[in-house]
Amino acid sequence: MSYRVHVRVMPRAGLLDPQGQAVEHALGTLGFEEAGAVRVGRAIELNVRASSPADAEARARRMCDRLFANPVTEDYTVQVEVA
Amino acid sequence: MQRVAVVRFPGSNCDFDSLRAAAHVGAEAYFVWHRDTDLRGADVVVLPGGFSYGDYLRAGAIARFSPVMQAVQRHAGDGGAVFGICNGFQILCEAGLLPGALVRNAGLHFVSKPVDLRVERTDTVFTSEYAAGERVRLPVSHGEGRYVADEATLALLEGEGRVVLRYLPDAMGVEPNPNGSTRDIAGICNPAGTVVGIMPHPDRAWVANLGSTDGLRFFTSMAAWQPATPGRSQ
Repeated sequence: MSYRVHVRVMPRAGLLDPQGQAVEHALGTLGFEEAGAVRVGRAIELNVRASSPADAEARARRMCDRLFANPVTEDYTVQVEVA
Repeated sequence: MQRVAVVRFPGSNCDFDSLRAAAHVGAEAYFVWHRDTDLRGADVVVLPGGFSYGDYLRAGAIARFSPVMQAVQRHAGDGGAVFGICNGFQILCEAGLLPGALVRNAGLHFVSKPVDLRVERTDTVFTSEYAAGERVRLPVSHGEGRYVADEATLALLEGEGRVVLRYLPDAMGVEPNPNGSTRDIAGICNPAGTVVGIMPHPDRAWVANLGSTDGLRFFTSMAAWQPATPGRSQ
């Protein structure tokens, strides 16, 4: 069974996110004054062969721990698409 | 004579700079490809600057899994010396050979300019010929050079004297550090001082024609180092 997995990697809360700040500044320049606390992360989608959605999630989490996210600076979430 | 393996990843671009600098101080320097698993009897491994694997995902994140890094891990574990310059420092952090991480510069810009630094630790393989507290000027050239680590790691590094280089305010005193690095950290080492990672480029400052020779002693220090068992990485 193959599952579509969505991984979201975000800079850890509390860590300065200059990309987010720059985007927030640009939004302000464009007149979107309602926007705030912008943070920029990374989205990764992939197919994972697994026996169940829970198995797919566990496998994807191992990929996050080893490759997708840096444990020093980033947090991640994993979502498994249920067809 | 010191055997110095300069690792080339796809996207390395300071490989020749490091090779030439090592050869200049009398080392037997040669390239090792990222797919190689044999360091060919290296005493010292240099991970040069550049953009290994295009900096995809994060700087150094993919290089750390290349076959050669297994050999570099073993080499370091056996007490062999490793010098990570710029992208090499990022790889050492990603590989867990040094703690912490290097993230996007606080000012977002890629910075490429000479900066003033203080040599904080001199009993490492690569800084033994500097005086403690000595001021040097070296070029930096990076977009992701802001060193970060959790408080416990920072306390450990400071407590064990493992900060090798720190950014100093420039002559005008206006710009304290080029990338927002925590505690102005520009380079750190492992407890033994055999694994050293720094963001500035001594490989671009070792001969007068390059505009500065302040970086030369990183390489003469390396050449003067006496490994316990030469050519350990067979």
